[in-house]
Amino acid sequence: MNHLVEVHNIGMKYQSLNGEITALEDINFSVQDGEFVSIVGPSGCGKSTLLSIISGLLVSTAGTVLLGGEKVTGTSGKVGYMLQKDHLFNWRTIYQNVILGLEIRKMLTPETKERALRLLKTYGLYEFKNKYPNQLSGGMRQRVALIRTLVTDPQILLLDEPFSALDYQTRLMVNDDIYAIIKKENKTALLVTHDIAESISMADRVVLLSKRPGTVKQIYAIKVNCANRTPLYSREAPEFRHLFQEIWKGLDVHV
Amino acid sequence: MSNLEPEISPPMTRTSAFSQEHKVYLRRLKMEKQWILFIQVVIFVVAIALWEICANAKIVDPFITSQPSRIIKTIIRLYEEGVLFQHIGITCLEAFVGFVSGTLLGTLIAIGLWWSKFLCKILEPYLVVFNSLPKIALGPVFIVWIGAGPAAIIVMTLAISLIVTVLEILNGFLAIDAEKIKLIQTFGGTKLHILTLVVLPASLPTIINALKINVGLSWVGVIVGEFLVSKAGLGYLIVYGGQVFKLDLVMTSVIILGVAATLMYQGVVFLEKLLVKNNL
Repeated sequence: MNHLVEVHNIGMKYQSLNGEITALEDINFSVQDGEFVSIVGPSGCGKSTLLSIISGLLVSTAGTVLLGGEKVTGTSGKVGYMLQKDHLFNWRTIYQNVILGLEIRKMLTPETKERALRLLKTYGLYEFKNKYPNQLSGGMRQRVALIRTLVTDPQILLLDEPFSALDYQTRLMVNDDIYAIIKKENKTALLVTHDIAESISMADRVVLLSKRPGTVKQIYAIKVNCANRTPLYSREAPEFRHLFQEIWKGLDVHV
Repeated sequence: MSNLEPEISPPMTRTSAFSQEHKVYLRRLKMEKQWILFIQVVIFVVAIALWEICANAKIVDPFITSQPSRIIKTIIRLYEEGVLFQHIGITCLEAFVGFVSGTLLGTLIAIGLWWSKFLCKILEPYLVVFNSLPKIALGPVFIVWIGAGPAAIIVMTLAISLIVTVLEILNGFLAIDAEKIKLIQTFGGTKLHILTLVVLPASLPTIINALKINVGLSWVGVIVGEFLVSKAGLGYLIVYGGQVFKLDLVMTSVIILGVAATLMYQGVVFLEKLLVKNNL
């Protein structure tokens, strides 16, 4: 398998009146095609900053990111980004929300419109296409947000704590939901989360970042034994508790 | 496999299958509404009647306070002289033009200040000064510069409403969730995309709010302007009536003004209902 994303010696410094903050230092890791990688770390370790750098929204102060072998210099259609909240626009219908990215990227063609409708149909939202976001439940809204990202056909999905705004039950369910869609659409994904259980349940590998300045502390390969792997079933696998303990120790949290 | 079926609660059924308690609740709500309307009408009728009776009984001097029957007579007289709608029309036109141009120009300036943070920082002290300044003080200046006429009155209206509009709308623009802007950027969107796809539609409620404030301010501007320069309009009638001690004329104009300003405000409320259906 080839490396879809390669992160080389990434460092990030922020300037402020009170001085300089080193958010990230010498980050190295890669994501293979089709892989699901989670990044966990204590709050404020620069996880989201790292995603912004990979997406090209933010320019790092050191190092390079390669996407499909090409250096990242700005945002591109190769990347799909999912934010903490769904940020569906209340003044647009579900369908209009889904085609937002197509509109901006000037990709609105009969084929892409067809794809948008197909995705809505596949994931049970077709009948809501002319409804407005406030008529949908939190789980459905997050699914619409994922479709909005998928419809531009990105090579990699960057998920920036997309479940953290949901209540616990919805969250477990949406975990399964989003995971199933990502696997079904054969997408590579990089998930940022502070939830250890969530990271293990979804990922093939977990990258653990240290406290600020964030740097890669350890990378764990996640192998869980269950016949039909979904995030929810993964939580019942015998290895789960073990991995959880290991990463928890690695996180080294003190009150 | 995970559940990919839509999970949505069934819509609330609004029809008859409700309990007795619900019917009682609905009836009580309706009763309250009717009571409120009834009392509102009673207050209006009693106030008018008291005014008329007190004036007739010479408890108050109708020469000073006027009275409802004299106001109606004044309206009829103005109508017969053929000047009623001319005065109303001129004032409404000035208020409307001032209102629309103040809102449009204010929105445009707010967009400019939002677009360039640098420009915004440069202009900030000037905005503060103009916002604090009682714009009425500029009245004589406008008359000298523009000439005594409707144009000076409209500029007066603009001066009063513009800065408030700019600040109100700019605050709305700046309060928009940064993550919504980030979403547009993740799709490679430009600043123009951010403006047209997020900032303007998300600010629609703020802009409508600015419109509501502007309705009031436009009338203030028009009346002040007419006090200073005009030869026609409701503000002119008020000043003229005051000078020649025709309080009937003053009261009549004030009441017509109240009705006209309320209608314009209701127009904005109607516009709001039309536009801000799904905004929040």
